[in-house]
Amino acid sequence: MKSKQKKQSTNKNMIAPGHKACAGCGQMIAAKAVANALGEDVIIANATGCLEVTTTPYPQSSWRMPWIHSLFENASAISSGIRATLDYKIKHAKTKKEKQKLENIKVVAQGGDGATFDIGFGLISGMWERKENIIYICYNNEAYSNTGIQASGATPWGANTTTSPAGSGSSIDAIGSHQRKKDMLALALAHGLNYVAQTTAGHPQDIANKIKKAKQTKGPSYIQILSPCIPGWKIKSNQSIKVAKLAAKTGLYPVLEYENAKLTNVMKVEDNPLKVDEYLKIQGRFKHLFKNKRGRKQIKYIQSIADENIKKLEIGK
Amino acid sequence: MQILEGSRAIAYTIKNISPEVISAYPITPQTHIVEDLAQFKADDKADYEYVLAESEFAAASIIAGASSAGSRVYSATSSQGLLLMSEVLFNIAGMRLPIIITCANRGVSAPITIWNDHQDAVTIRDAGWIMFFAENHQESVQQHILAYKIAEKLNLPVMINIDGYILTHSYEPVFIPNASKIKKFLLKKADTNTKLLDPQKPITMGAFASPNYYMEIRQKLHQDIMTSAEVIKNEYEKYIKIFQPKNRDHNNKYKSFDNGLIEYYGPPEPQTILIAKGSVVGTIKEMVDNYKKVGVIKVKVYRPFPEEEIKNIIKKVKNVAVLDKSISLGQEGPLALDVKALKATYELKSKIQGFVVGLGGRDITQKMIKDIISLSQKQSSKNIFICK
Repeated sequence: MKSKQKKQSTNKNMIAPGHKACAGCGQMIAAKAVANALGEDVIIANATGCLEVTTTPYPQSSWRMPWIHSLFENASAISSGIRATLDYKIKHAKTKKEKQKLENIKVVAQGGDGATFDIGFGLISGMWERKENIIYICYNNEAYSNTGIQASGATPWGANTTTSPAGSGSSIDAIGSHQRKKDMLALALAHGLNYVAQTTAGHPQDIANKIKKAKQTKGPSYIQILSPCIPGWKIKSNQSIKVAKLAAKTGLYPVLEYENAKLTNVMKVEDNPLKVDEYLKIQGRFKHLFKNKRGRKQIKYIQSIADENIKKLEIGK
Repeated sequence: MQILEGSRAIAYTIKNISPEVISAYPITPQTHIVEDLAQFKADDKADYEYVLAESEFAAASIIAGASSAGSRVYSATSSQGLLLMSEVLFNIAGMRLPIIITCANRGVSAPITIWNDHQDAVTIRDAGWIMFFAENHQESVQQHILAYKIAEKLNLPVMINIDGYILTHSYEPVFIPNASKIKKFLLKKADTNTKLLDPQKPITMGAFASPNYYMEIRQKLHQDIMTSAEVIKNEYEKYIKIFQPKNRDHNNKYKSFDNGLIEYYGPPEPQTILIAKGSVVGTIKEMVDNYKKVGVIKVKVYRPFPEEEIKNIIKKVKNVAVLDKSISLGQEGPLALDVKALKATYELKSKIQGFVVGLGGRDITQKMIKDIISLSQKQSSKNIFICK
């Protein structure tokens, strides 16, 4: 009986069912993989966004772990404060056992790409500069989905969002998003992080493995997870896993990890890697690119981004 | 008793209060406080975690996180820094975190100024913090210790306001209670009922509230801030008994009435009363001694507003002059508005005249106080700026 109970507790979902996310939500798939891999000895600070809104409508909560939401931009700094408290407690622990118990607790901050690439970036930089032992997870759905799919610093080239809408005009504005997607992984590496990784919601087992590595890393680590958004990407609710996998398979969004500033693992693409068309055409946010010459030119450019990734990371064959 | 810079007096007090996490970002004129606290740590005289923040927004967020995990915390700021923190300040109050911040009061840009007024603090008066204002070093020491007691008892944040430069950079004789006495006065961890983030007992903090819940939560916060006035009075009485004799006074022409929320200094039956907060009250007290029928009310606690106490003193007084070192641009001095509101509530006959003084570090001289006293007896109008 006792052992059965124990088994149940280790298998339990750390995010309880009954949340209010869209059916098929990529972020929820990723967040569940993250939470279950983190387990019980963890404190989470969450940024404002879909994940917060869909899981904590007062007085309910889906979180089976200690969880705090403060503001949009400060999940990192909130987690710094939690870390400082644990560090203080560890230094003042009265017994070895108590110290051990406190040392086992991981501090995690998480947010969407808006919270990470844009509004919260300064605070993340501060947290990394302090070399604090915190895992930061970015669920990257490439737009401000919670507020109605506005463009963020993570929105890719050519994507139609409500603030980078595809149009009928003649200026560059008509193609949708036309800003350079911020390279957060490079920024993380530039801060000297010991563990930096990228994966997708289509690879839940890979997410779990990466969380386990991040847990073992001393100091800050960063994991960015491409998380398809059903309404934002204009896909069907049964397509989020598929589309996330396509992002990796085309080379547009390579699954990889850097340990101590070295690229140590990267998922290979097939011999003749899938063309980005396969990834773009099932998403409504890129639909306009297939309609005219100018759009097709953008697809070519997007293909060149994927080709460049494959070449640079040596993930072809 | 030691002769100390105001900032150092506060730093020593904080050290003796023994916070577990401090985070701050430098801004004039708050700097000496946070420099001292960093030095204590570097010299092994204190054991708190001192987290270097990259902005005031981060500093406020870091102590919010630390408090949510169960630490006693501290930060200090000024002016632009306080405004940059403002989003977090509202959040801290709403989450009922017992956080203490010192604001070294300074004017707000533009034009940029590093000198004292109260525009920073009054601008965030609606954030849900208990707000103390200190007249001098000893009072600021007292208010910091009281702040921790009240915050941890009620799960409410408290801000102690001290006039930039006038108090932070000046020297006065001051008595700093020792750590063991403070420990006895403050609550034990086990006696607080703050909710904490702890893997042993997982809770969710900062959930979002639909229209079905939001209003009652805000109403409860308001009610708890209102009723904190009684707790402040009680704790102030205890504090005085334990730590210091009541009012070692400046000039002692009159005996002060002080209940922790306000202090009244002046004759028993005044015709004119000045109302002010912070260090300028020292100057006003000097002037009060030159008159027979003039007194001064020092607002020590600005939020919750000590309406009852002020009403009881001014109800039979003919002229009331309210001094604001800030202004609600397009309206008038915020403290004057509060006093006018209580006049309306209690249908008082007193004439209330607001004066805007000392913006951006303009010295408030005895002559100005004299002019205010005579102007308050004349025709009343909105907002008289006393510039010289």
